[in-house]
Amino acid sequence: MHKLSTYIYTLKQGIVNIGKNKMFSLASVATMAACIFLFGIFYSIVSNFQSIVKDAEEKVAITVFFDEELTEDEIKEIGDRISKRSEVKKMVYISPEQAWEDYKEKYFEGNEALSAGFEEDNPLANSANYQIYLSDVSKQASLVKYIKQQDGVRQINKSDVVANTLSDFNKLLGYISAAIIIILLLVAVFLISNTIMVGINVRKDEIAIMKLIGATDFLVKEPFIIEGVLIGLVGSAIPLGILYLMYGRIITYIMEHFIFLNNIMKFLPANTIFKMLTPISLILGVGIGYVGSKITLRKHLKV
Amino acid sequence: MITLSHVSKYYTEGIPALNDVNIEIEEGEFVFIVGNSGSGKSTFLKLLTKELEPSQGVITVNGINLKKLRRRRIPMYRRNIGMVYQDFRLLKDRNVYENVAFAQRVIEMSPRQIKKDVPLMLSTVGLAAKYKSKPKELSGGEQQRVAIARALINKPKILLADEPTGNLDPDNAWDIMSLLDSINARGTTVVVVTHNMEIVKAMRKRVITLKKGVVIDDTKAGEWNA
Repeated sequence: MHKLSTYIYTLKQGIVNIGKNKMFSLASVATMAACIFLFGIFYSIVSNFQSIVKDAEEKVAITVFFDEELTEDEIKEIGDRISKRSEVKKMVYISPEQAWEDYKEKYFEGNEALSAGFEEDNPLANSANYQIYLSDVSKQASLVKYIKQQDGVRQINKSDVVANTLSDFNKLLGYISAAIIIILLLVAVFLISNTIMVGINVRKDEIAIMKLIGATDFLVKEPFIIEGVLIGLVGSAIPLGILYLMYGRIITYIMEHFIFLNNIMKFLPANTIFKMLTPISLILGVGIGYVGSKITLRKHLKV
Repeated sequence: MITLSHVSKYYTEGIPALNDVNIEIEEGEFVFIVGNSGSGKSTFLKLLTKELEPSQGVITVNGINLKKLRRRRIPMYRRNIGMVYQDFRLLKDRNVYENVAFAQRVIEMSPRQIKKDVPLMLSTVGLAAKYKSKPKELSGGEQQRVAIARALINKPKILLADEPTGNLDPDNAWDIMSLLDSINARGTTVVVVTHNMEIVKAMRKRVITLKKGVVIDDTKAGEWNA
């Protein structure tokens, strides 16, 4: 355990290092800021798309119809079995009466007299069905397979295209953003590592004296780690501030200029995005600074 | 205090920088190490500070066998050795006070202790009035005094000086040697590597002569005549 004065001293030295090495430190902060800025943009886009996809997924449902001779109790028994499956998020039972009511509402609105002829004989008597909403659209196929195996199931209506497209698009978006983010992070680690290396060279004589006087590894290395962490911290805080200011304005601009989007898209509010983006970016910035300086110290500073 | 037993150091295969050296230096002694360039003087000092490892033999300092000294214990070991160099090795961007305080800061001394010790040490080396000066504002002799103050501030048992007068005019050289002598008189073991035979002759201390890595002469204090 070191003394408080030692921590204060190493913190000061870390700040002094940045000052001594202004141009490289600035370049590193700028690169880190660019990386985190791009990360923030991707994060915002991905989060919004995921929210849109989730909204769309929630509207995707499978409709299951049953054999004519099945009683309502038997149908509900099958329904109970299906509801126990993990793929199922929500199930709604539509009785033949309800199906007819819905049908009348949809097709005989304003012409109720036309439907009166069917009062005694429900034309949808065999239309009892379950509407099943999925917890994850990608699991639609496995659920359909299970339902098909149940005795008494006559027909399953489903939309393979919507399910597969949404799930594939979600995956693709995830892969692309992960690849871009990984590349950006590697560039940031490389640049911070370079800055620390220059710092070590600038302070070569001082380090040599420190070692001969009897400074511990901690005292020799810590200022460089602090330098890296501070660069990471500043480099991630700046773009976060800019992104926060920009986000609301961009959403307002899109909604005003592309009015048709209002019907199909609902953007997440800034607070929802930044509740996760802020800690992730700061941890990333500090982490990259720490890793970048550690790698360089291990490689270039023998104590 | 310092014992070298059959110590050899090879940088490249076959050419020894030190060859089967046996030296014993007692606590409180003042010893000159002399010899031409390439005689192994600097290697000798670097072995004592554990900047280098011997290829063969055993070195014991303050009762510590350096071969058995673990890497993480090296900083603690070095705190008992003060080093002074020909080129002073001061931090150019810091003033006299900060250069001396630096040595205490890096061994994690409390700020209160630093404030107490540094002015005292600067008085000892005669630089109390110049505590705010930067190294470039000082003469060579004054810079070397700062370096000596920095080497002594942590009260080491041994002071190693590598050509401490090499960059100084004769007057300043004599001032520095008297300072080292007075430090030795207070009990610190002093080992000085030098080319300056005039000083060696006048100081009448123990002199060890190296040639091509071998000790060719070891003369007791007061007996040496170049």
